[in-house]
Amino acid sequence: MDILSNLAMGFEIAASPYTLLLAVIGCFVGTIIGALPGLGPSNGVALLIPISFSMGLDAISALVLLTSVYYGAMYGGRISSILLNIPGDEPAMMTTLDGYPMAKQGRAAEALVVSGVASFVGAFAATIGLMIFAPYLARVAFKFGPAEYFALYMLAFCTLGGIGSNNQAKSALAAAIGLAIAMIGLDKTTGMPRFTFGELHLMDGVDFLVAIVGLFAVAEVFFFIETHGKDSAIGVKLGKILVPWKMLRQTSGAMARGTGIGFVSGVLPGAGASLGSFLAYMAEKSASRDKASFGTGNPAGVAAPEAGNNAAAGGALVPMLTLGVPGSGTTAVLLALLLTLNITPGPLLFTERPEVVWSLIAALLIANIVLLLMNVPMIKIFVHILSVPAWILLPGVTMVAFVGIYSLTGSSFDMLMMVGFGVLGYVMRKLSIPTVPVILGILLGNAMEDNLRRAMVLSNGDWTFLFSSPIAIGLWIAAILGFVAPIFLRGLLKKPALPDNDPTTIED
Amino acid sequence: MIRGDRIFGSVVIVIALGYILSARGIETSFMSDPVGPRVFPYMIAAVMIVCSLVMVLRPDPEADWPAGPMLVQLAIAFGVLVAYAYAITPLGFIVPTAFASGVLCWQIGGKPVRAAITGMGLGIGLWVLFRLILGLGLRGLPAGWGF
Repeated sequence: MDILSNLAMGFEIAASPYTLLLAVIGCFVGTIIGALPGLGPSNGVALLIPISFSMGLDAISALVLLTSVYYGAMYGGRISSILLNIPGDEPAMMTTLDGYPMAKQGRAAEALVVSGVASFVGAFAATIGLMIFAPYLARVAFKFGPAEYFALYMLAFCTLGGIGSNNQAKSALAAAIGLAIAMIGLDKTTGMPRFTFGELHLMDGVDFLVAIVGLFAVAEVFFFIETHGKDSAIGVKLGKILVPWKMLRQTSGAMARGTGIGFVSGVLPGAGASLGSFLAYMAEKSASRDKASFGTGNPAGVAAPEAGNNAAAGGALVPMLTLGVPGSGTTAVLLALLLTLNITPGPLLFTERPEVVWSLIAALLIANIVLLLMNVPMIKIFVHILSVPAWILLPGVTMVAFVGIYSLTGSSFDMLMMVGFGVLGYVMRKLSIPTVPVILGILLGNAMEDNLRRAMVLSNGDWTFLFSSPIAIGLWIAAILGFVAPIFLRGLLKKPALPDNDPTTIED
Repeated sequence: MIRGDRIFGSVVIVIALGYILSARGIETSFMSDPVGPRVFPYMIAAVMIVCSLVMVLRPDPEADWPAGPMLVQLAIAFGVLVAYAYAITPLGFIVPTAFASGVLCWQIGGKPVRAAITGMGLGIGLWVLFRLILGLGLRGLPAGWGF
């Protein structure tokens, strides 16, 4: 088997004591990042990229460390959802619906174990899915020319904008702002400076790490000062951790269904983990015989969204690795990591640097097992960390953000720019303009323009070339659907989240 | 009624127009391609203008903007971070970090004494973590003071 021999190669690289240690550290830090309210996976990975880069880690070690953080944060998000009723990150939102009621009934330990196992099932199955589908998609991706890539980028922006926001104009604007920022610097084709206004610091363009850390972490500081980090005391008791085997058996169906739904929505570019957990929860609720118990502490309502959210996290790696198009905010940050490490994701990555891909996959499998151990028997450690007060935590995180950027660039200009992005991120969040499309725009802007221009060189300036192949047309149609359809689906999808009096549910 | 969406939209329109103006000044070299370096920026600016017009004409409900004292607090945080960006190179890591994290701590948790101690702790603790354990190239104290 091709996959197995590749995987063996991956394990050979990833299973060294040093990388294992990095995976354990990454999982630990990631779970903490996920558990702390306000510090999501995107934030966490963004903060750690510059630091791991200035530590001089090699590509594979950095990749192992930060993907462990990524998976860890996806696991950790559920902890504060269940114990505090505050989602640790956005995809963990759905876990609060049944997790917190369970905790209030004194079943916090069960909820944590079930959700931990569900996270493991989702993430592990998704990693296997990644192993199977990614090489296949990479082969398809070889057929992609510049016109197809341009359409693919449009698809990513459109679905991310369509699903991620309630106002299409705002998310499109966010993407355009990101693209506009990406244009700053030297034009690759002609070598002419654009939008630099004679400022030497801008010649290389705006570093995407500066933008990411500013938009996510620094904006969070302003937001936190304003809200004063409303009370985050743990209001529920956590008893002894026992494995509720019966409950695990009962929820195994929910985990399996959540995994499937989550993986598919993760693979779709732009959809991401939040949609995965949302759809998994809604599907589980409508498939259940006992709908009324959802929202009042049904274990299946904890298992399904957690499996969905973690499966989506794995699924999102498929388009990111094979096409270089991230499926969510966090994978956008992981793409930033790959670009920082001089690894260009795409079909060539699988043939030219298979060791990177397969050691990453092996690391993910290892990370999942480490995370299962950390998140079930050792869960109490993380619960204690949740009680670190915000007035220590937030200044600390801010300083880590500055240290990262400073040690990477050593210039005050970049730090000032980061603060500027922080203000922009704060204003945008206030206006409920999503910030993830900005990041995506900055990351993909140059590649998008490059592909457009190469397509025009190939066609000698004929714009219909962009719609000339079946793949390109399919992508354009999907892009338009992804952007427009949520307008109509929104009413349909949001409705069931309220206590539903839908006449169709009475029938059974 | 003035709404945040309208102001933001108008500002973006002005920026986008400036962007177009600036893009007109981009020089092309003799070895350019059919599209050239100006067209894609034009397209982006057009998208920005269309979206901003939608925001100006059909704004969403107004967000709760901070007022009075909170605005001052945010301005202080902003000022501290800007000052930090300028101070870290000449003054080294520990002193500006202790100051900035102390101020942020005070803003979030109140209690000046506790904030001062937290600031000092973070300044020294993070320096030990980053410089001594992780080995990043940070200078602890102002140039010529050692470390």
